[in-house]
Amino acid sequence: MMKRPSLFSLVLAMPLLVWQLAFFLFPLLFLIAISFWTVKMFQMQPDLSFANWQRILTRGVFWDAYLRTMILATSAAVLTSAIAFPASYAISFKLSERAKRWMIFVLIIPFFTSYLVRVYSWQVFLTDAGIINAALGHIGLGPYPMLNNTFGTLVGMVTLCLPLVILLQTFSLNFVNRDLIEAAHNLRCGRLRTVASVVVPSAKVGLVIAALFAFILSFGDFVSPLYLGGGNPPTLSIMITDITKSGQQWPRAAVVAIMMIATLMTVAFAAITYAYKERGK
Amino acid sequence: MGNENKLINGWLMLHIALCLTFIFAPIAGSFVFSLNSDRFPSLPLGEFSLDWYRAIWNDPLVWSGFGNTVIVGLIVAVIATILGFGGAYTDYRYNFFGKSFYLALALLPPTIPVVIMGLAMLAFLSRIQLSGSTISVVIAHGVMCSPFAMAIIRLRLSQMDPDLEAAAWNLGGNEWATLRHVIIPFTRPAIFAALFITMAVSFDEFAVAWFVSGLNETLPVKILGFLQGQVSPRINAIGSLAFLSTMTLIVLAQLLLRNPNEGSK
Repeated sequence: MMKRPSLFSLVLAMPLLVWQLAFFLFPLLFLIAISFWTVKMFQMQPDLSFANWQRILTRGVFWDAYLRTMILATSAAVLTSAIAFPASYAISFKLSERAKRWMIFVLIIPFFTSYLVRVYSWQVFLTDAGIINAALGHIGLGPYPMLNNTFGTLVGMVTLCLPLVILLQTFSLNFVNRDLIEAAHNLRCGRLRTVASVVVPSAKVGLVIAALFAFILSFGDFVSPLYLGGGNPPTLSIMITDITKSGQQWPRAAVVAIMMIATLMTVAFAAITYAYKERGK
Repeated sequence: MGNENKLINGWLMLHIALCLTFIFAPIAGSFVFSLNSDRFPSLPLGEFSLDWYRAIWNDPLVWSGFGNTVIVGLIVAVIATILGFGGAYTDYRYNFFGKSFYLALALLPPTIPVVIMGLAMLAFLSRIQLSGSTISVVIAHGVMCSPFAMAIIRLRLSQMDPDLEAAAWNLGGNEWATLRHVIIPFTRPAIFAALFITMAVSFDEFAVAWFVSGLNETLPVKILGFLQGQVSPRINAIGSLAFLSTMTLIVLAQLLLRNPNEGSK
């Protein structure tokens, strides 16, 4: 209809474009650039040096952290999805419309509570002398170490991801055609088999995307690994905060950050390809 | 359905209850601990006390952090909502070459891990001599909040009758007049909701703010500092107050979105 963009359209479209180019895309590109810079006398200097890349990528510490972060984020994604699914299924199929709306509102609340405060609260629950171990002590169990280990980290990550994953799963289950389930029942398909071979495949895209979001959030989270997992040995995000806050070695932190983004993009691409792949191929 | 099983349904409802307990335990716990005299709360709980609230009331650092948070939140809300409105309308109204790039740029920031955003922002802003200032937090939060504003307003625009705009043009209104007299009144509830939601997001954001804020720390960055130092139940008191103020914003936003015809003529 319009050949040349009108002044009107530019006034509306440009501010966001300019802001995100200048303050979102450009800083990320700048991150790539500084990964090739050198640090002399505590000052970053433009350069084209592969020293930072070499230094990070040849260290066992980095690859240990990489593997650890991958395992943690994958576990968190699988665990959260598994915990969330029965809840999402029940919300989508068993609750009235009114109860569903309420449940969605309740699940949005955690997004607006401080994640830091929740993690601190978990610390109080999980310490050796904390609420949970005291309760277990009354029935003659424990104390179990639940803080400064993988268990603690995963509690934090599931806390971060669970509301979002339940919401995303519920939305995708809401789109599952109810007639298909009725048909499966009429064909004497058992309850569990109906879920496994009718419900899950129909909602596959949403379920995979939900797990992907859990992976992304857990992969980049530094709060749970640090304050519930003890921070030692570090994950990749802890490495970035450590390197950045302890001095001027930002180029090395940039290398770690780029490796993280590359990993996330690969995982996201693989997950989305898998999600949209037709069944039976 | 005729295919219900009480036992399975009961088990599913119990599972929902357990999930909600897990999600809300730390939030409820924080409230309880904030009103508890013990430094290390355990069972049995200590006495009721307002000591931690008194402690933060008398802490000038908390007040300066609170001041920074509110200033940043207010500015960010306005900027993010203006940017988001433009983006939402552009997506609603126009098709153009590179639109998917435009949308990706507008909506992707929340998927980038905050440590990476923080590092990128710090490196970039310190290069242009802006790091360590309140402006740098505003810039970073503008990037992170505008997608939320855009999504909320875009959702509202999709409820608009497309003929409405055409009718306004036929009646002789130019694009500007239509924007002012048709589009903005129609999206007003969403605009206010976007203001509140982006403010709430900015209130709670600590990671990027921690990287770029320098000495002008916002309140969440202060909490991060408390976490790194000794155990301090003051976090619970701050967290509880922050939660109440954030919830007020969310409920206001929710009310606005629920009665979309109020506020517009």
